[in-house]
Amino acid sequence: MAPAERTGTEDASEDDILLAATAVSKRFGGVTAVEEVSIAVKRGSVTAIIGPNGAGKTSFVNMVSGFYRPDSGVIRFAGTDTTRFRPAEIAALGIARTFQNIALFGGMTVLDNIMLGRHVHMKSGILSSFVYWGLAQKEEVAHRARVEELIDFLELQDLRKQPTSALAYGLRKRVELGRALALDPKLLLLDEPMGGMNQEEKEDMAGYILDVNEQWGTTIILIEHDMAVVMDISDRVAVLDRGRKIAEGTPSEMQSNPDVIRAYLGTGERGAGEKRGHAA
Amino acid sequence: MFHSETGVFKTSYAADMALYPLPVARYAVIALAIVFLFIVPLVFSPYLMTLMNLVLIAVVGAIGLDILVGYTGQISIGHGAFMSVGAYTAANLIVRTGLPFWLAIPAGGAMAALIGIVIGIPSLRIKGIYLAVATLAAQFVIEWMINHITWISGGIEASIQVPPPSIFGFKLVTAYRLYFFLLFFAALAIVATLNWMRSRIGRAFIAIRDQDIAAEIIGINIFKYKLYAFAISSFYAGVTGVLYTYYYGIANYEQFGIDVSINYLAMILIGGLGSILGAIFGATFITILPEAARQFLTHYGGMIMSQDAVTNVVPNLQLVLFGGLIIFFLVAEPEGLNRLWRSIRNYFRVWPFSY
Ligand SMILES: Nc1ncnc2c1ncn2[C@@H]1O[C@H](COP(=O)(O)OP(=O)(O)O)[C@@H](O)[C@H]1O
Ligand SMILES: [Mg+2]
Repeated sequence: MAPAERTGTEDASEDDILLAATAVSKRFGGVTAVEEVSIAVKRGSVTAIIGPNGAGKTSFVNMVSGFYRPDSGVIRFAGTDTTRFRPAEIAALGIARTFQNIALFGGMTVLDNIMLGRHVHMKSGILSSFVYWGLAQKEEVAHRARVEELIDFLELQDLRKQPTSALAYGLRKRVELGRALALDPKLLLLDEPMGGMNQEEKEDMAGYILDVNEQWGTTIILIEHDMAVVMDISDRVAVLDRGRKIAEGTPSEMQSNPDVIRAYLGTGERGAGEKRGHAA
Repeated sequence: MFHSETGVFKTSYAADMALYPLPVARYAVIALAIVFLFIVPLVFSPYLMTLMNLVLIAVVGAIGLDILVGYTGQISIGHGAFMSVGAYTAANLIVRTGLPFWLAIPAGGAMAALIGIVIGIPSLRIKGIYLAVATLAAQFVIEWMINHITWISGGIEASIQVPPPSIFGFKLVTAYRLYFFLLFFAALAIVATLNWMRSRIGRAFIAIRDQDIAAEIIGINIFKYKLYAFAISSFYAGVTGVLYTYYYGIANYEQFGIDVSINYLAMILIGGLGSILGAIFGATFITILPEAARQFLTHYGGMIMSQDAVTNVVPNLQLVLFGGLIIFFLVAEPEGLNRLWRSIRNYFRVWPFSY
């Protein structure tokens, strides 16, 4: 995989685009959650999607991960039209995500949660699992090795055998990142990975995200409210407001863009830097 | 079943993932094997042995239901009907083609699995109480079909007699011989389930139960795995049905009514959902309890009520006891007997330092 492209300014050719959403829309009854949004994400880049609450950020990510089906528009991932794919099919193509409201398997251990992230790479079926000793065991051991790498990377060694329901909020977010990474994704979708975290936890999480991007070249789409974080870790920023994309550019361009400033200040909500997650 | 311990370091992932990661658990398994292979058959009276045999059959059925309900989070009130599918499939094959048990048992399981998959199809769209009603409907439809289609049921009595299973011409007729036969299948059911639950399939089941949206997002084909769960669970039910048929020497649809479906739900609820040990506890408890209560009342009931009252109470005892227990465990102890066991085990684990 190509190393991370940090400039983000030069024109991207077709091959450089990993994900291309073209004029996608999603309506819920009378509400238009996403309206004709086009976003092209370069291979190896970190793209932030920002915007006030209810702007349609989560809905957009839900369409990319197949959880919502667009009413119109086309989504292409690595050359495949995924617009009508089911979530499991999209996962198999190499798109992983985390949720704004953590969606871990609470009864399971940290280890099992992350092992589950390997699901699409494993093959054991009913018969080989029934016999276990042999193929299934070999597969478990092989994938366990990769999972242990991730556990080391995310510094979760001491929590391996803990049920995730017993963990603190910030740690659960980290485990969820681990589960997504276990898919070895080409594209990682992070929906407010730092929502509800304190400053220290945010810095840790930002560090992990950058490391993932730099070490493995993983392309990342990140929804985040904290502008300082966005400035730090993203190459491109797309700004949504009331379902529409109102601007796109480098982080510094966006900070001085009058439309962006108006969207954040004009809604009567708090400033961009202090937003927090809301119920999805 | 046996959990890891601080102070014991695992040297490889395979060792860490073993069924019995601790040496002490390995000894416990050997001890259990000695108890069940030698001590039980030597010590138990014929009467206790018949009870034991019923427990072993119930263990297979309860674990099967737990795979679907406890591990995958899908409800079924049709477990009894799947048993009857297995029972009649095997009985017909045994009587008409002389199939030996080692083919009749998987055949009964396979047919039940097939029907289970069909019944499981609505589970993609419907959940909870609606799925319960759908499986309940299946229970009645299957019962009706077996009762009314003579090609399946074998005539007016709707029951088919089968000869006892035999190994190399050795007929398993006594309770003692049947015991080893049933013990083998109970052990196989336990080991198979342990294997499934610690590998990809089992994790997918639990993922669907805990968070079906997240399960789909990480690439689990929910529909496929729900059908797997229905198939495996019904396979166990089918095998249970065949075992009952061998045990009673007859396949009879009345043995597999709605009350049986509910008894099995009671087993896994009382034992503790989503736990193999829980299913074993529940199967044992629900099988033995009415028998114990009946014995107790027939012997001592006369002291507190008239002998007539005793004769009246005994047949309804099971209903009252199970009803009361289900409510108790639903309200007071949702994790069932398994939790009680864990507390006891945790206490002794650090023994003698348990202050
Ligand atoms: N499943 C849904 N059903 C109905 N309305 C929805 C659904 N998902 C999102 N919406 C609506 O779409 C709009 C955008 O929501 P969302 O994508 O969650 O915004 P954001 O993540 O930017 O805060 C909101 O008005 C929200 O109420
Ligand atoms: Mg959102």
